[in-house]
Parts: sequence; structure tokens; C-alpha cells
Amino acid sequence: MSEATPVLECRDLSISYFTRAGEIPAVVDFNLKLMPGEAHGIVGESGCGKSTVALAIMQYLGQNGRIVGGELLFEGRDMRTMSEDELRQIRGSAIAMVYQEPMASLNPSMKIGDQLAEVPVYHEGASPDAARQRALEMLDSVRLPDPKRILDAYPHQISGGQQQRVVIAMALLSNPKLLLLDEPTTALDVTVEAGIVELINEISRNFGTSMIYISHNLGLILETCHRITVMYSGEAVEVGDIETVFNNMRHPYTRGLFSSIPLPGADKNEHPLVAIRGQLPLPHERPNGCYFWPRCDFYEAGRCDEGAIRMRETGVGSDHFVRCVRFEEIDWEAAKPKADERPPVEAGDVVLRVEDMKKHYEIEESALFIAGGETKTVKANEDLNFVAREAETVAIVGESGCGKSTFAKVLMGLEETTAGGVFLGNLDLGNIPVQKRDAATIGKLQMVFQNPFDTLNPSHTVGGQIARVIKKFGVETDKAKIEERVHKLLDIVKLPRDFAKRRPRQLSGGQKQRVGIARAFAGNPALVIADEPVSALDVSVQAAVTELLMDIQRDHRTTLLFISHDLSVVRYLADRIVVMYLGQIMEQGTTEEIFAPPYHPYTEALLSAVPIADTHIEKRKVLISGELPSATNPPQGCPFCTRCPYVIEGLCETEKPPIQTFSDGHAIACHLEREQLERMEPVIKVADGSARPETETVPA
Amino acid sequence: MSVATAPTPASALSILDRLRTPRTLIALVLLMWVPLSSYVFFGRHLGAAQDLVLLPAIPAVLLLYIIAFRAWSESPIAVIGLTLVFFWLLMAVTAPYLPLIDPNRPIAPFQMPGSTVDGQTFWLGTDMRGRDVLARAIWGCQRVIVWGVTATLCAYVVGTAFGLVAGYLSGWWDEIISFFANVLLSFPVMVLFILVLNYLGQSGVNIVIAVTFASAPAIMRIVRGLTLDIKTRDYIYAAQTRGEHPTYIMLIELLPNVRGPLIVDACLRLGYTTVAITTLTFLGLGLQPPDPDWGLMIREASASALLWQFSYMLIVPALSVSSLILGFNLMADGLREMSLRD
Amino acid sequence: MSRLILRRLAQMALIMAVVSFVLFLVFDSDQFKRQIAVNELGGFGVATLTDDAYQAWLANRGLDVPFYQRYVQWVGDIFQGDFGFSFEKNRDVGPLLASRLINTGILAFWVFALMIPIALVTGVIAGMKEGSVQDRSVSFVAVLFTSIPEIATAIFLTVIFALGLGWLPVKSAMTGGFNPAELVLPVLTLVLYSFGYVTRMTRASMAEVMTSQYIRTAILKGIPYHRVILRHALRNALIAPFTVIVLQLNWLLSGVVVVEVFFQYDGFGKLLLDAALYGDIYVVQAATLAAVFVAVTSQIISDVGYTFLNPRIRFA
Repeated sequence: MSEATPVLECRDLSISYFTRAGEIPAVVDFNLKLMPGEAHGIVGESGCGKSTVALAIMQYLGQNGRIVGGELLFEGRDMRTMSEDELRQIRGSAIAMVYQEPMASLNPSMKIGDQLAEVPVYHEGASPDAARQRALEMLDSVRLPDPKRILDAYPHQISGGQQQRVVIAMALLSNPKLLLLDEPTTALDVTVEAGIVELINEISRNFGTSMIYISHNLGLILETCHRITVMYSGEAVEVGDIETVFNNMRHPYTRGLFSSIPLPGADKNEHPLVAIRGQLPLPHERPNGCYFWPRCDFYEAGRCDEGAIRMRETGVGSDHFVRCVRFEEIDWEAAKPKADERPPVEAGDVVLRVEDMKKHYEIEESALFIAGGETKTVKANEDLNFVAREAETVAIVGESGCGKSTFAKVLMGLEETTAGGVFLGNLDLGNIPVQKRDAATIGKLQMVFQNPFDTLNPSHTVGGQIARVIKKFGVETDKAKIEERVHKLLDIVKLPRDFAKRRPRQLSGGQKQRVGIARAFAGNPALVIADEPVSALDVSVQAAVTELLMDIQRDHRTTLLFISHDLSVVRYLADRIVVMYLGQIMEQGTTEEIFAPPYHPYTEALLSAVPIADTHIEKRKVLISGELPSATNPPQGCPFCTRCPYVIEGLCETEKPPIQTFSDGHAIACHLEREQLERMEPVIKVADGSARPETETVPA
Repeated sequence: MSVATAPTPASALSILDRLRTPRTLIALVLLMWVPLSSYVFFGRHLGAAQDLVLLPAIPAVLLLYIIAFRAWSESPIAVIGLTLVFFWLLMAVTAPYLPLIDPNRPIAPFQMPGSTVDGQTFWLGTDMRGRDVLARAIWGCQRVIVWGVTATLCAYVVGTAFGLVAGYLSGWWDEIISFFANVLLSFPVMVLFILVLNYLGQSGVNIVIAVTFASAPAIMRIVRGLTLDIKTRDYIYAAQTRGEHPTYIMLIELLPNVRGPLIVDACLRLGYTTVAITTLTFLGLGLQPPDPDWGLMIREASASALLWQFSYMLIVPALSVSSLILGFNLMADGLREMSLRD
Repeated sequence: MSRLILRRLAQMALIMAVVSFVLFLVFDSDQFKRQIAVNELGGFGVATLTDDAYQAWLANRGLDVPFYQRYVQWVGDIFQGDFGFSFEKNRDVGPLLASRLINTGILAFWVFALMIPIALVTGVIAGMKEGSVQDRSVSFVAVLFTSIPEIATAIFLTVIFALGLGWLPVKSAMTGGFNPAELVLPVLTLVLYSFGYVTRMTRASMAEVMTSQYIRTAILKGIPYHRVILRHALRNALIAPFTVIVLQLNWLLSGVVVVEVFFQYDGFGKLLLDAALYGDIYVVQAATLAAVFVAVTSQIISDVGYTFLNPRIRFA
């Protein structure tokens, strides 16, 4: 294999964007060698230049982007010397690309069939009919149901997962030598993502296509690639085989990245996450020398912060390079980052009790004057039952449309329940809208929001927004005392006090999220709902914000309702987990109970779908087909019956599943026999750490 | 970041930068606007003060121009627009102090530009009644600017209020407000003007009312759209969940955030209003003679002087109004470009 | 689709009902009743009229009947084509309005026939490459033309082509029968102003489409550039300008007032203004109704067309 010509080779590639402020280097000194049939992952946080590399390979950098140095060889030919016409012939035939947002990547006003047929027509001169036939076959081979219908559909008429399969089909139509995948599953739900990942692996096996897979998710790279490049702030910092990099990483940044993601084995009390301190530098504010030194634990003045640092071979594993001057001196085993252990917190009395809670929406299709039409009922929440205790973290897990946000709205008083009760202490909040709640009740119940970019009002200062909450809930009334309290809260979330005078646009995403946490805790709440508080943040910042949230919760003995789609995070921080699907609770129990059999079939599929960035983990593959059904038209019986691999014909579709209790608090809503549930095998198994298992992903 | 290259004293620059706080800017705008509008609205009732009232506005206009010039210097388009608009603003506040011939005094009719009669030089000639065209063109900007800005401001207050209510409260509020906006938007603007002025009679105040009727529905639609977008943001959700009153959310949380796009729209709309006022006067529906006004100049000249050698009587007011509107439009373009950049 | 048209038609009916009611209400005021009396009897006649005689005149004209009855009567008359009588022009309003609308229609036809192709082509060329020389020059010309109001354009064109060069007549009153040369300046004035606006809209729409991800997909699919533009970009880019062009009809009805008055072209706009200044109430009422009807119809066409062009809404 090593004798063959690489499909793609980047040699000292440098790419810059030219703006009014001057030249901004996006990628510096980038090397990559991709052999035929190989899958290479590029991983890094936002702004590290990974997408720029993909667009540079396509020679599509826009009007202000330019390759400023190095070579870019496709099958031995330098792409920089190719004419526009030659490039056109390579694009879409020899090199094809799959994009992050499938909806935006397809032309909204053109039928899918026409968009697909263009590829054979323009690259091979196929007749329109033959091209259409090819498109049909390709749609079939990317496992799309009813390809004939899809051929005649417009992109908005099919779901996100199907759109991404269409984009993949479009890329495969001309048998490309190289497939570029730029975060192809980021916009999709976990179970849909698992299907796409499976398809990508199949392509790699069956067609022998070389792939470059760009992602911020280490687990996905492990599942799809042979080799990996870790990028930081425009530079590749570590390159090597998946095995080597995952188990013998030699760059402090790679090490930090792995320590800050919740892998199985991490635990909020015994093995807390270790965050990388600080922020990603902006491209024009990069430090001298190694770009990572201001955040690095192994920094040595005079060596790390001077001169250009080259990639060097480590000798550990084959073709393993790292960009660090000190990697030989560091004792990688001894220096494993470890945070302080914390004593576990005892849960107290019940704070929140949800009893048979229902929330239905009526959707009436009526015009202004032509009333009537059908009334549809959306059952956003159906028969929810669970409790949360003082100082406990309860996670609500589910994919989009599972009803977790509706539940939060009811709790916060923006919606009223249709039936049942939501008790905070002894007070039923279900039918008290927020305007009718007194300040003390409102203050007891606060929320941390998902999107750091609009959690704060851009027109007001940070301090002003926190002060408003303090005033509103009557915590303090005196002006000086309010200011003092604002400063205290900033101390608690570890932000400098002078941030009070700043405006949100001067803050980074992680800092905004910290302010959001300070705001939620300003009224001394008893219960805080955190709606995916870290999912929009960069991996290295996520850990710090998660830990902060846990610390404050611990100190205040607050009940935390943690809404998330990410089972890894949930496993790490939750005491108890509620799994939801289409508005109903499928399973609930303690974290250990959820992650071990017996499982609800949906939980089983969910566990199998979550990518885990650990080579020692073996996952049992449970693939479920299809897409989430529409919330306006859910199945009659068990909501999961349309996708369930264990479905019992004639029963699951029509009747609601019974709730089977296994131990105190562990409940599964399923028609399967108790014995069958108990016989289930664990999905995630930790292999023995001393003997490194060979996984299938390593090329023979 | 930028280093001053010119040998300007650093202290002068820092004072200018310190003036860029919202509070001083508002003070400067008021210092310019209050004298100018009271001069136009109540000029004759001011008595002896009439000669002095515009004096404080002159430094205010100059200071505002310098501050805005420095703030927008990255966009040449915005700077050109700014310069055109501030030229006319300066003319409006300095007209009484410039060495101009009385714009309402008939001296010698049909004098060509540059001719001299009785020792008085008419740089842009005289009109058919013998009044100085240059003086009339400069004085003419006062009424257009003051009434135009007042009318636009009025339309904005009404349009923004209704837009916030329709967008934030939605439901029946939205249905009713949007329906009436649609009714008003069904009238071609000029037809609406003619109808309203025909019903209410012709005066400056009624022009303000007519402009409000014509512009407020469109402004309401823009604000409603922006509000619908912003109200899904988490910070509005946060305000709702801490039990804030809808009025508080609309005024404190929403209003400051719809400001940006509205400023661009306001520049364009100032242009439309200026056109409308000039056109209405031309049609004989607007401000009444004899005070100088661009629309009036066109009306009088086109009725009695449609000859090649007298075309300056038409060209001068036409160029004046076009340059002011061009100024507003370029400012809007520049602002939009700058807002897209960050 | 048909549901949408129905919905819009219902809205249009309601808007027309409200507008007609408001118009009737406005012109039913005492001030305007007196105006009618002045028109019929002459200013001197009304001034010498006693209160009783005035009431008798009202009764004679049927103006003392309850308000709603007269409204129903009035609407019924309009449906039969009876719009009332013009005292200024001394003829029935219906035929008068029809002939004026035809004149304005001729004007509008030429404006659209010239403006649409020019504006779309220049807009697309400018938007294809944002920031290029052709983009900057087109944008500059467009902003210049939108900044010159019709009244100023009319002056500049008249001064150059009529007064200066003498190629074209100054006025377009068509006193000697229909003369195409008299149409040139009014049409050109209206074209220049609306051209700038539509060009800017087209350019913005095209530029936005060109930066979209599906255009990137199309380019990276390796299909020829002309096909990217013609097949992928144009269709999406022309949706927004289409609605703008149809809505220009509404604007044109404003613009024609100025242009027709300046060039003394006997169209709808001049009729409306003359009637308003003279106090010819039935003409003002009828002309306003006609204008609103045209405007609302154009809004419906724009809405329905937008839905039709945009599959995302058509097959929602």
C-alpha cells in the first residue's frame, strides 16, 4: 500500500483569508497523505481550520480566501496549477463532497431527481433517461425507501436524514476517488446519525473510496476512520493511526481534549472531568511559538513560545507525528490529568413531583374567514410521572420532538397542563401561568438556556441583566447591595468582576453561558432546569462549564433538571435518568440502571447509537431503521413501534405498553415479556485495559 | 488599533471620542433640533429671539458631523451621504446668518444666473417674480427638513408601537392591527396623501398625519417581523420565565434590539418623506406660499417659465432635492454595508 | 393553492368593503355635502341659501335618508357602473374614469415593457459577482436613479430633450390626437425611477442566492458555470423581484400623479388630483376605489405568484 501514489497529498499547505483587517491565516503548514481506500479523520474545535482544508481541496475558497503556500497534490498532480475547466471536471466526479447542512445544500426549487441526474449528464455525457435510471439505483443503494417518489420530490418534502442520504447519493454517483465529509451528521438526531455512519462505513468497505471525515466528535472519527489529524487553531498538532493517537497521544492539547470529554469511567464524584483552561485564541491573536502554550500545563518559557514549531515523528506507532517541542520529556503516564475527588452528595426530600402530566396542543387549520378544517391534537407530553429530590440531578434524555422542551415550558409557567399535576413542594404549578406566580415561587424555579448566543440580551450590560433578576425576585433592594450581590455571583461563576460593565458581544460563548448560570442562580433557586447548556459550546470549554454548574449545584444543594440528547454527558453527571420518546417516558431509573440491562428497546438503540471516543469500549450494534414519526400523527400504541426491532405485530401498534417495574424506581414501558427484557445483553462493554483490543476499524 | 497619522493633537481626538457616548449625542441632536424646529414652527412668534435662536444649533451640527464622519470613515459611501445631508442641515441652521438676499423680496424678474442689478449679484438668477433663486433654494431646505423629519419620527413612533404589540402579543392583536395595516397599504401612497389632505385640509400638521398614515403600516410590518424573530430568543424566554410584564419585555428587552435594522430603514424613509413633501407642494396640496420651498419653486417655474434659457429655475430646486435624497439613500447603503460587516 | 387564492380573495373582499365604507363615511361629512351643494348650485347660490332651503335640497337629493340605506344604495349603484356625476367635467364618472384608466394603462404598459427586461438583466449581472466592477457600477447607477424623485427626473429630461435639444414635445396633453412622441418623456421618467429600485432588489436577491450553500453544491458538483447560473441560481433569485415588480403597480399609481400633472397627460392620476383640488367628490371617491382595487389585485397576484414560484410553500 505504501508504494502506491497517494490519492491526496497536502505538503506544507497554508491558507489565508484576506479581509479589510489584513491577512488572516486560517490554516498553517498543513500536511496530509491519504492512501487509496483510507479514511482520514480531521478533528478540531470551531475555527481550527478543518472546514477550510476541505474547501481548499475542492479549490473553492471564495473571493477572499487563497492558498498562500505549499502544494496540494491530487493523484500526484498539483491542483493549484489546474485550469478552471480541469477543476470542474474533477469536482463532483473524482472528488465529491458531503456537507454539514443537507437542507441548505440542496436546491430548494429543483426536484431531487434533476439535481442527481446532473452528475452523470455532465461528467459522463449520459442521456437524461440513463442518468435518471442511475440516480434511481443510487438512491436505492443509499437505503432510501421508495426511491421513485423521492426522485420526484423537492428537498423540503423529505426528512433531514433522508436529505443527507440524497446528498451522499449525489456524491457517489460518479464513483469518486475521494469523498470529503464535512460534519455530515452534526445536524441530525443520534439514532439517525448512527444510520448515516453505518452507510458511510459500508461505502468505504464496498467502493474502496478514500475519505476525509471532518468532525468535532472524536467518537465519530473512531467509528469511521483509520487515521486522524488533530487540529488546533489552524495547525495540525498530532497525526497518526487512530489506535496510536487514542491510546498514546503525545500532544498536550490532544490529551486535554480526551480528558475533557465524558468517557465511560468518568464520574462526577470520583473522576471529574478536567477542563482545558482559557479560550481558543482568535486567528489574529495567536501567540508566538506553539499556539497552545497559554493553555498548556507543560509550558516552558523560552522554548514553547519562540519560533516556528515543526511536526516531528514520535516513534510511538507508525507515521505518528506531533507538533510539540517537549513531548519526549513529558512522562505521559505519570502526568495524567486528575481532578480532586469529591464526596458524593446525599439527595434530600422530594422537591418536584410530576403526576400523570399531560400537555396537548390543538392545531386548527383555519383561515381568517374560512374557519373549520380539521383539528389535530399534538400530544407533546403524555402521562409523565417522575420525582426529583433536593440536590439531585435528574436528566431528561431524548431526541428532537420528544417533548422535553414542552415540559420545561409547562414547568416555567409559559404553558399550562392539559391534565395532571406538577408539584413544587405542595404547590401545583400546572395551571398557574408565570404571571400569576409570586416572586418567591418564580425565583425558586430558574432556567439555564441552550444557546449562548441568545441567552443574554445584546443591548444591556451583563451586570444590569443579573441585577434585574435580583431586584425582580426581591433578594436585595438596596442599590449598593444589589451591586455587591452581582459581584458575588460573578465570583461564583469565576468571571472577573469588571465583566458587570461589559456587553454580551464582548464575551465568548463559554463566558456568556457562565453569565447565564449566574443569572439562574441569582434568586437562590430550589430547582434549576438546564436545557442542553453546553451542547453549543466547544469541547474544551464544555467541561469547564459543566463542572461549574455541578459545583454550584453541590454548594447550594439545588435540584438540577438536566435536559439533553447526549447520553455521554448524562451518564457523567446525572443521578437519575428519564428517557423520553415522542412525548412519553419509555424508561426511567438511576444512571446505573439505565446503562445496564434490562433496557427498553429504544434505550438500547440510543446507547448503541452514541459514538464513544474510547478504543477500549466495545459496543453491540443495534440499528434501528426509519425516522422519527411526526408528532401530529404518532402511532396509536407504543410510540416506538414503527422503528422497534422487537415489535410484536398486532399488539405494539394498537395498545399502550404496560409499565413494568424492576427495582424501586426503575420502570420500563414495554410489551415485551419481563424475562426477555432481563435477558438483554449490555450494549457497552469495557474491554480489559491492559490488553488493547484490535477493533475492525484498523486496516489490515 | 488605528494610529493617528496626522499630527493632530491627541487630546483633541480623545475629546471627540469621549463625546461619542449616547448621552452627549442625544444632547447634541437636541441642541440642533430644538432651535431649528422652533424656528420653523413658531418663527413669527419668537419676536426678537428669532434672530438668535438658531445660533447654538450651528456648532451642534458641525460637531455631530465630525463625530459621525469619524465613526463611519470606513465606508466611503456613508461618508458621502453624510456630507450631503449635513450640508443641507448646515444650510438650514445658518440661512439667517448668511449674506443672502431676502428670498421673498421681488427685485428684478427673469435675471439670468450671474447677472447684477443695483449692485446685487444674483448668482443663480431670479425667478419670474424677481426673487433670488439661490436664497430661495437655501431657505427652501428648512421646511422640507423640519417637516420631513417630524413626519418620519411620528410615523416611527406609531409604527413601532403597533409593530411591537402585533409581533409580541400576537393573536387577536396581530389580526386586527395587521388587517388595518393591510387596508392602509392597499392605497397607493399618493392617493392616500391626496385623500387625507383633501379631507383634513392643507397644512404642515396634516402632512405629518398623512405621512404617518402612509408610512406607519410599512414600519409596523418591519417591526412586527423583527419582533417575531427576536421573541423566540432565549433572553426573551428568560424574561418571561421571571414573570416580567409584557410592557417591560416590549420596551426594555425587544425595542433596543429592533433598533439596528430600523435605523437603515429610517434613512430610506426620510428620503421618501422628503420626496413626498416636495411633490405634494408641487401638486398644490402641501405647504402654502409664499415661504420658499423646493416644491413650490418647481410648481411656479413649471407653470410660467418652461423655456430653455429659464430652465435654471427648475434645475436648481430639482438638484437640491435630489442631492438631499441621494444623501439619505447613500447613508442607508453605507450603514447597511457596515452592519453586514460585523 | 386554491385554498390560498380563496383566502386572499376573501381578504380582498373584506378590504374593499372596509375601504368603500370609509370612503363613503369620509365623503358623507357635512363639509362634503356642502361641497356637493356648491358644485350643483354654485358658490353664490349656497351662500344665500337658508337653512331650511338647504335641508330641502338635501331631501331632494335623497341625502336625508338613514346612513346605511344610502351606503347600500351607493354600493348597488357602483356595481351597476354608476359612479355618480362629475360637476367639473360635466359628464358621468364611469366612462370618464374608464377613458382615463385606459390612458394610464398605456403609460404603465410601456413602463413595464421597458423597465422589467433592463432591470432584471442588469440586476442579475451585478449580483452574479458581488463586489466586482460590473456590480459596483450597476449599484451606483441604481442608487443614483432611485435617489432622483420623479419630479426631478421629469425636469431634467424635459430640460434636456424638450427645451434644450427640442427633440420631443414639452407637454403630453395629446391635444392634437394620440401622438407617440408625447408618450416618451412620461414613460422614460417612470422607467428611470422604478428601474433603480427593481435592479437593486434583483441584485440583492441574486447576490444572496450566489452565496447560498446549494450554489456551492452545484459548483462543486462540477457542472458548467452557465448551468449553475441559469438552472440553479436564476429561478431562486427571481422569486423576490417578481413580487416586487407586481407590487410596483401600486407604486406606479402614485408616480403617475406627479408625471401626469407635470406633463399634463390626461390619465388617471391627473383626474384624481384635479378632482381633489376642485372638490369633485364623486370622482375622488371613484378614482380612489379604482386605485385600491388595482393595488389589492396586484397584491393577490404577487402573493399567489410567489407561492407558485416557490415549491417550498407550494407543496408545504
